[in-house]
Amino acid sequence: MSLVQVLFYLMSFIALASAVFVAATKNLVRSVFMFFITLFALAGLYVLALADFVAITQIVIYVGGILVLILFAFMLSGKETLNAIAQQRRQFISLSKLPAILLAALFLIVLINVILKTNADHLGWISQSIHQKNVIEPDAATTENIGVNLMTGYLLPFEAVSILLMIALVGAAHLSRKEEQQ
Amino acid sequence: MISLTDFLIVSAALFCIGLYMIVSKHNAIQILIGIELMLNAANLNLVAFGKYDKLNNGGQMFALFAIVLAAATTAVALAIILNVYKKYKTIDPDRIDKLRD
Repeated sequence: MSLVQVLFYLMSFIALASAVFVAATKNLVRSVFMFFITLFALAGLYVLALADFVAITQIVIYVGGILVLILFAFMLSGKETLNAIAQQRRQFISLSKLPAILLAALFLIVLINVILKTNADHLGWISQSIHQKNVIEPDAATTENIGVNLMTGYLLPFEAVSILLMIALVGAAHLSRKEEQQ
Repeated sequence: MISLTDFLIVSAALFCIGLYMIVSKHNAIQILIGIELMLNAANLNLVAFGKYDKLNNGGQMFALFAIVLAAATTAVALAIILNVYKKYKTIDPDRIDKLRD
């Protein structure tokens, strides 16, 4: 077993274990902080999939932006509701969660069946791209190629996303403004 | 090297954890975290397959766009959640059952 594989199993174990912790814990603030760890481990997995630029973007945008935003909203929505929710959940612990666990487990079984039947490593286009040497090598610098592609082939989606970000920014600011006297 | 099937299984497990959170949680913020988990699972698939597209970077590009869209979604969703909290004094989706009074 090579070092890369050991790192892969370590990273995926951290990601899955912290995700399970996020889903299972009763302490809401702690679940948000464990979500940090899930996202970091996912960034590590992206690096192992030879997508370093996406990994850095994941850390900058998710960990730096989205999670801080979630924490903010968390602190702004008051304390008493969180206590009420925790008490309510303690009573029906197994009864209310059983359907959700069943649904998730069955869906996982279906997905894994499909994945094992797909045999993704021997798909047509993948063996073709291996044959044509169109595979990212571990020592390749992909960021330059991403930049060139972003400014040529993907220019229209890039601009559309920038306009959408602008709209979302204005919309979020509009939604969360203080109410004027009515 | 790591096979694609390993990546797919990890992302399937993450997706199902996100699904479980969305179905079972009584807190809108935790449901939002579940949605983020599902988006990340999809991103992991895109990135893993993107390894086999060196020239066009299709998978990595889609993952970047998905991350940006997730950021926009989260900003708007959190603003909506704060507004809902201001009006109902709760963020439990089960108890938010009025449209407009």
